[in-house]
Amino acid sequence: MGERLTGAVRRVFGGDGLQGLMIQVVAILIAFIVGAAVLAITGYSPLDAYVSMASGAFGSSYGVGQTLTQATPIVFTSIAFLIGLKAGLFNIGIEGQFLMGAMGATLAGIYLDGLPWVIHVPMTIMVGMIAGAFWALIPAVLKSRLGAHEVITTMMLSYVATHFTSYLVNYPFKAPGWVAQSVKISGSAELPRILPPTQLSAAIFVAVMITAASTYFLQKTIIGYELRATGLNPSAAENAGISIDRSILVSMALSGAVAGLGGACEIMGIHRRFIQGFSPGYGWDGLAVALVGGLNPVGSFFASVLFGALRNGGMIMTRATGVPLDIVNILQALVIMFVAAPKLIRALLRREQ
Amino acid sequence: MTSAIQMVGVTKAFPGVTANDHVDFSADKAEIHGLLGENGAGKSVLMSILYGLYKPDSGEILVNGEKADISGPSDAMRLGIGMVHQHFMLVPSLTVVENVILGMEPTVNGVLLNTERMLRDVADSCKRYKLDVDIEAPIYQLSVGVQQRVEILKALYRGADVLILDEPTSVLTPGETEELFNAVRELKADGKTVIFISHKLREVLAICDRITVLKRGKVVGTVLAWETSEGQLAEMMVGREIVYEFTKKAECGLEPVLTLESLECLSDRGIPAIRGLNLDLCGSEILGVAGVEGNGQTELVEAVMGLRDLTGGTVKLDGQDITGTPPRARIQMGVSHIPEDRYKRAIVPDFSVLQNLILGSQRDRFTRNGVSIDFAEASQFSTNMINDYQIATPGPETLIRYLSGGNQQRVVVAREFSRDPKVVIAAQPTRGLDVGATEYVRRKLVEMRDGGAGVLLISADLDEIWALSDRVAVIYEGRIVAVKDVDETDQQEIGLLMAGGGIG
Repeated sequence: MGERLTGAVRRVFGGDGLQGLMIQVVAILIAFIVGAAVLAITGYSPLDAYVSMASGAFGSSYGVGQTLTQATPIVFTSIAFLIGLKAGLFNIGIEGQFLMGAMGATLAGIYLDGLPWVIHVPMTIMVGMIAGAFWALIPAVLKSRLGAHEVITTMMLSYVATHFTSYLVNYPFKAPGWVAQSVKISGSAELPRILPPTQLSAAIFVAVMITAASTYFLQKTIIGYELRATGLNPSAAENAGISIDRSILVSMALSGAVAGLGGACEIMGIHRRFIQGFSPGYGWDGLAVALVGGLNPVGSFFASVLFGALRNGGMIMTRATGVPLDIVNILQALVIMFVAAPKLIRALLRREQ
Repeated sequence: MTSAIQMVGVTKAFPGVTANDHVDFSADKAEIHGLLGENGAGKSVLMSILYGLYKPDSGEILVNGEKADISGPSDAMRLGIGMVHQHFMLVPSLTVVENVILGMEPTVNGVLLNTERMLRDVADSCKRYKLDVDIEAPIYQLSVGVQQRVEILKALYRGADVLILDEPTSVLTPGETEELFNAVRELKADGKTVIFISHKLREVLAICDRITVLKRGKVVGTVLAWETSEGQLAEMMVGREIVYEFTKKAECGLEPVLTLESLECLSDRGIPAIRGLNLDLCGSEILGVAGVEGNGQTELVEAVMGLRDLTGGTVKLDGQDITGTPPRARIQMGVSHIPEDRYKRAIVPDFSVLQNLILGSQRDRFTRNGVSIDFAEASQFSTNMINDYQIATPGPETLIRYLSGGNQQRVVVAREFSRDPKVVIAAQPTRGLDVGATEYVRRKLVEMRDGGAGVLLISADLDEIWALSDRVAVIYEGRIVAVKDVDETDQQEIGLLMAGGGIG
């Protein structure tokens, strides 16, 4: 035990190892305890609320399917955010890269028509990833060439993406009718639903794969190692012959590609067309979820499931007990507060040094 | 007569080390009391306790015969105890006066700054203690020696009767040291107590009345300066004769491995830092670069490593022009670097020992397919390095931040030397290390030289340069002003050159 176990845990869960995992779990428990107090004060039974939320989220195969459906896009956006953060970059424009990926995949899904699905699906995914990576490379180039701070540029470009994609589905690619949306993508570009009647699609497998792949990438590959060295101490990384500019470009491109992949999967698996405003802010959720997950891919996956369960279980709870859905927002906020605030502060402090 | 300061049975332990072990220490009014010991002997800890920065585990402190409870620097200041740290705590953009009064500003009606009184008070202190300072100049324009005087003024302005000077001469030229000594004598004449922390025998003997020697956290003894000698103090300090003299090679006689020609580059602030520097480093030699800090040493090292863009000149390795090549190319061609700032340049504190050991070779030695890191090889390598370089760590997976400074430096040295370099750039390689680690790093540098590497040793410590170097170069304001064989010069001459003297 000892060194070997903590070493193993650290490899999966990042630098803090077991202790880091404990922090997350304890923080989430505290959030639920405080949430129970809020429920009790407002005159609801915390026990009834939590039981109905849990059974709604996990009590049936339908519940599990919907929970995972809600979790899937956040898995991508949270991992996208943490890949940037590992290299010391606050890519807070995940939402924009997610939307650009979704738009790229939509167009590829519509216009690369006539291909067999074994080719069409991967190509659609590729186009989505490239679109996301392209959108993230703009701030990366601005940073490495001109020193423009990525917090400003990624956020601004995120709004540009929101309005740009919404323009596209309102004018050039608008489907006939009153709704601002594109036409449906070709059937050969769809990801199959795997648990009808839930919306759960094969995108969940892609999410699992990206979790494993990004863990491997960060822990085992040369570029992952170099990105982390750059994020933790750019001066020492530079001294060791690692190009800081290259690290910025690579990590932003990968971050954007994963966000774009998330957008592509959401279109290909759930909506099958780009509908204006289809994302309730998955990209923004990703930032918080990555921090709740302890800034590592596996943690992000489970934190995404937790957030998916809160969303899905919350709706069931509201129907069953009459507790307002707002409690879900309160719980999410509490979890983020207890987990992410010290994390975020620590990350920010490290950057300042 | 009661002592100004009396510390009785003070003990302070940190995890794994007892920094102070039942230390008794006292200093009288109008006394200059030296506190002598090797790095890590517990001098700074003892004085940090007196200044309230650390809380002792046991023991008590008497100020003017009365028991004092010092739980922070503000308590210490109220009791008339001031401290000048090795690293100055001044605001660079503020003027001398503004720095001195900071936190104790005299006001008109409690709202406006009383500028007139500020200027008058500070000017008075300068005159009284013969501290020559332009009090309206901003700090960043002042030399290190003058900044130190500002720190002393600051302490005096806060009513210090006891002034602790922590290794005050380590950043000074010989001339500046003499001025500091004059100021310290003025303070004594005014009835102040000065506690002078140092590990330099000569200086302590020159300025102090009494000297207390610490060794591994314990008091070896207190002696009167006029009754003792360098030899006696050295023996008390180390317990045995430490020989830092390594056999030196007379001449290199080989082609230079590193040639710097008319090198020019800017500092971070955009002003010329290296201004037409020429230097040849031969294989199988240690070339010491002596100089007061801030004369272009940092920029020189960065220029050689490819970390800083040149504005002119060329860098040649083995006769091959490597000007403009990126750091990675230089590392591969055999340039190793022990950076002066370990935490900033040398290690990634949140990486494990293993991850730090492979840093820089991750694309060469520690990969087989060019994509992923060969952790089996890395693990074997770090086990070997931990053994060979006697790195005290619980294991290769331990984060390096949890290691002592000496062991972190061993990791850096192991990593850099395992690449079998042609040129080693060693910047302040033993700064902050204890005796054992210092000796170890120095021995390794000599081994590298004997193996044929050229070692460029940049150090502010003349004793270190003397102990290791075959030749010594003096850097002053971005130029090499002299290169001498160590046997043909002495520390006085080099000291003068370091201060800009003797340039015809």
